[in-house]
Amino acid sequence: MEKAIITVVGRDQVGIIAHVCQFLSKANINILDISQTILDGYFNMMMIVDMSLAKESFSDVCDQLEDLGNHIGVYIKLQHEDIFNKMHRI
Amino acid sequence: MINLFEVNETNKMIEQENLDVRTITIGISLLDCIDANIDTLCQNIYHKITSVAEHLVETGENIEKKYGIPIVNKRISVTPIGLIGASVCQSTDDFVKIAKTLDRCAKKVGVNFIGGYSAIVSKGMTPAEKLLIQSIPQAMKETELVCSSVNVGSTKTGINMDAVKLIGEIIKETAELTKKQDSIGCAKFVVFCNAPDDNPFMAGAFHGVSEADAIINVGVSGPGVVRKAIQTAKGKDFGELCEIVKKTAFKITRVGQLVAREASAALNIPFGIIDLSLAPTPAVGDSIADCLTEMGLERVGAPGTTAALAILNDQVKKGGVMASSYVGGLSGAFIPVSEDQGMIDAVEAGALTLEKLEAMTCVCSVGLDMIAIPGKTSAKTISGIIADEMAIGMINQKTTAVRIIPVIGKDVGEKVEFGGLLGYAPIMPVNPFSCDEFIDRGGRIPAPIHSFKN
Repeated sequence: MEKAIITVVGRDQVGIIAHVCQFLSKANINILDISQTILDGYFNMMMIVDMSLAKESFSDVCDQLEDLGNHIGVYIKLQHEDIFNKMHRI
Repeated sequence: MINLFEVNETNKMIEQENLDVRTITIGISLLDCIDANIDTLCQNIYHKITSVAEHLVETGENIEKKYGIPIVNKRISVTPIGLIGASVCQSTDDFVKIAKTLDRCAKKVGVNFIGGYSAIVSKGMTPAEKLLIQSIPQAMKETELVCSSVNVGSTKTGINMDAVKLIGEIIKETAELTKKQDSIGCAKFVVFCNAPDDNPFMAGAFHGVSEADAIINVGVSGPGVVRKAIQTAKGKDFGELCEIVKKTAFKITRVGQLVAREASAALNIPFGIIDLSLAPTPAVGDSIADCLTEMGLERVGAPGTTAALAILNDQVKKGGVMASSYVGGLSGAFIPVSEDQGMIDAVEAGALTLEKLEAMTCVCSVGLDMIAIPGKTSAKTISGIIADEMAIGMINQKTTAVRIIPVIGKDVGEKVEFGGLLGYAPIMPVNPFSCDEFIDRGGRIPAPIHSFKN
């Protein structure tokens, strides 16, 4: 399993999760966990996904998610989970 | 499992507090390039560097993308050229030829800087090393990305005062030759005491002879993150303050360790060390000075500054050592003036002087760094400043360095603009009294008593 974290931040609106999920489904990326909250009127979501069967490379998926974010007006970032594990776990 | 809070904390560090990995530096040994013909030597050097470091920049960019963290610089350090050119260089021009080859290599592989135009002369100079030192002004003028350093002393050997005297003259000459660009040549040259073999930071990086054929060293950064953490400790006692800085340094270093391991695997080059240095940039908030003022000082330079810096430096090391098994290089807080907006502000407000900076270097990782002084300062006065700083390093068994820029044609009250990561600096006044007779003595300051440990 190759776990990665997707974070989505932006002004709340209809269909943010739908857009992202649709993209992930097409890219053959499996969602393992979703947590989401509204913070000061801002939509804040974190997804843990499995990239091991993804159709495209990590770096391409990164770019495409960024484009999708620009399209729907939110900020989307994809990062390998190791950066968080290393920083927050001994 | 990782939670939203932790993810947000990490990304806030990256996006709002300027957390980055400052540099991935490949150290490359050039010992196997040595030849009796200068042109063959240069060809060997070009071939070796461009093949070993061919994928460095691309690898760095892939890692940036994978973890979503900027890696600001990709650099190369090489074996001190004073050794590599020893058998073949008959003149300063021969050495400059090697410098130009290094410059071409750096441009070919797309790195930001290449370090190692260096000589280790802490006890004495070979004729070749003397030639290399004499070639530094011309080399700094004719190249763009080459950095140079000279180690003139160590705790084990004492201080080579002949070299210190010569370096004073070399700095002046470098300033003259690059005066059209505000003497920027001097920003690419640093003089050391106790220089480490595995430093990934410029201008002082070189690949020591104790190192393997090639090695990956990584320099982390993050003064903005540390400052933000100190902010949360407002009014708390020193115990709690230290705990917070230490924990933050741990987190920063773990990211560096991750990047270093990843780069090492991707390039198939062994991992050397993580350098824990907190390195500021001119970006607002990415400042060591701000960390110190956040502890409760009105300005850097106020009484208490040296103690505050000592705390910062020590806690960064304690947190960092826990996060990585191999720590080396300079590892501490850098206190450059021109590269740190808080430092610049302190100088302009009259809070920070050259003398206070010298005191601060006793407890931080390097020394007098990126300090602009009047162009009229004499070579011997510059040698005197270097001698003081080297003495601090020698006696305290630590690395100290001087990177000072006598800006030709400018005086106290004026500013100098270097651009980019080098920032800008107000010209600082220098003590006007002479040390000429002291510098003219020549010879060597003996090693201190506590160096005899055998």
